[in-house]
Amino acid sequence: MNLPIYLDNNATTPMDPRVLEAMLPYFGAKFGNAASRNHAFGWAAEEAVDYAREQVAQLIGASEKEIIFTSGATESDNLAIKGVFEMYKDKGNHIITCVTEHKAILDACKHAEKLGAEVTYLPVKADGLVDLQQLEDAMTERTILVSIMYGNNEIGVIQPVKEIAAIAHKHGALFMTDATQAVGKIPVDVIADGIDLMAFTGHKMYGPKGIGALYVRRKNPRVKVTAQMDGGGHERGMRSGTLNVPGIVGLGKAAEICRLEMAEESLRLSALRDKLENSLLVLEESYRNGNLEHRLPHVANISFKYVEGEGLMMAMKDLAVSSGSACTSASLEPSYVLKSLGLSDDLAHSSIRYGLGRFTTEEEVDFAIAQSLKAVNHLRELSPLWEMFKEGVDLDSVEWAEH
Amino acid sequence: MAYSDKVIDHYTNPRNVGTLDKSNASVGTGLVGAPECGDVMRLQIQVDENHMITDAKFKTFGCGSAIASSSLATEWLKGKSIDEAMKIDNMDIVEELALPPVKIHCSVLAEDAIKAAINDYRVKNGLEALEIAKSHH
Ligand SMILES: Cc1ncc(COP(=O)(O)O)c(C=O)c1O
Ligand code: FES
Repeated sequence: MNLPIYLDNNATTPMDPRVLEAMLPYFGAKFGNAASRNHAFGWAAEEAVDYAREQVAQLIGASEKEIIFTSGATESDNLAIKGVFEMYKDKGNHIITCVTEHKAILDACKHAEKLGAEVTYLPVKADGLVDLQQLEDAMTERTILVSIMYGNNEIGVIQPVKEIAAIAHKHGALFMTDATQAVGKIPVDVIADGIDLMAFTGHKMYGPKGIGALYVRRKNPRVKVTAQMDGGGHERGMRSGTLNVPGIVGLGKAAEICRLEMAEESLRLSALRDKLENSLLVLEESYRNGNLEHRLPHVANISFKYVEGEGLMMAMKDLAVSSGSACTSASLEPSYVLKSLGLSDDLAHSSIRYGLGRFTTEEEVDFAIAQSLKAVNHLRELSPLWEMFKEGVDLDSVEWAEH
Repeated sequence: MAYSDKVIDHYTNPRNVGTLDKSNASVGTGLVGAPECGDVMRLQIQVDENHMITDAKFKTFGCGSAIASSSLATEWLKGKSIDEAMKIDNMDIVEELALPPVKIHCSVLAEDAIKAAINDYRVKNGLEALEIAKSHH
């Protein structure tokens, strides 16, 4: 077992060696430009891109013409939000999204607001899911787009995508989903789920960084987005720029492996995740965050009350995890996702996200459990709050000094 | 962001963790910060009849730098008079621990805790509380 142990697979995943192997020739002899139509170098690249497009489409139940390659989920999110707004703004200017979305969606919406969009940011319930009745109530005649993520990157909850799509469609709006954390981890089917646009990225599914895709539906209805990158008219005019052939090949291979291995892998990971959680919840005053039924198989988000997340991560020095603590963020604000669940600030500061992945072993999980238990206990020894809690002091009744 | 060796040292082997009897007249207690801000520091001093600090203890809820700052503060306090202790500046802590700019507020918290503890002791013993320059974090 090598230390430190990587348990931050929601931030990024290591590349599968099979993906790297598939990519290598396209950094070397097969360096052609997929748009070079008149020679063998171009044909080889084009063929590889076509093949990868099929691999990607197959993973999500799409047709290959519906896959637009981008530089990643951030770009896909931007293209979807801004591109739909620009394309359909004569039909309406209202967009609905939710407060726990990734910044790429939230900030693209902010941008659209500057251009005249009206955006509704739905709250979430305490379990992190959107309230379908609130969505229904927020729909108007001018709603052109509903954008709700598939699986959340911090707490792993899976939104009721099918139901959300149905509500959007009933009111004549398109449904977009940022499925960055879900694609490749759980079955995602754009037809069955009623998805019109969907963003995802290579580096969260054991593929390379800097390559992602936007699914854009071609039938029932035919969806169009206004390009945000102008140029040579690649990707059916929706995203110009010479194709990143090695990246695309890698994304394709990653998608194929996920499709073939997902069922088994998700069972293995959810068993490990459950073991991790159950062993840590033995600690007094530890709480799981997010809905427990509708969630990704490989994520656990736990708050260890009375210890602070960054201090805790420092004590778990052999574990690469992440925290919602303010001390870890440049802004010194705790996680907005955890706060929007209604979590008190102190619990948000005390949270740790464990993200398991394809290469996580049971031995590593056992080690993580032992080190986490030790770290929490060590820090509670140092924590004045823990001492006060143990003495029965009601922390809410304490008058805390300024700040 | 990597931590300095001194932060890691204080963090892994914190000095003077513990609790003094806050009802004792010779003990001054400073409790600063708030759970919602992600940092709470409690610093206590034991003071003798000559106003010399003979012992210091802390407990801190916060990041590694906050824990290290308070651990260092307890080391510095021991053997100082309460007037000398009043002069400990957060920038001394920043320098000693090589804290980066985003962690300066952790040292400010330690300075606040020192001053709050001294004032608690002073008030308990019939001395007037000293003005504390408002620090921001
Ligand atoms: C939900 C979600 N959306 C978007 C992104 C951004 O993806 P990328 O790094 O490919 O731009 C991430 C990853 O950080 C994510 O978790
Ligand atoms: S206590 Fe929050 S950054 Fe140090």
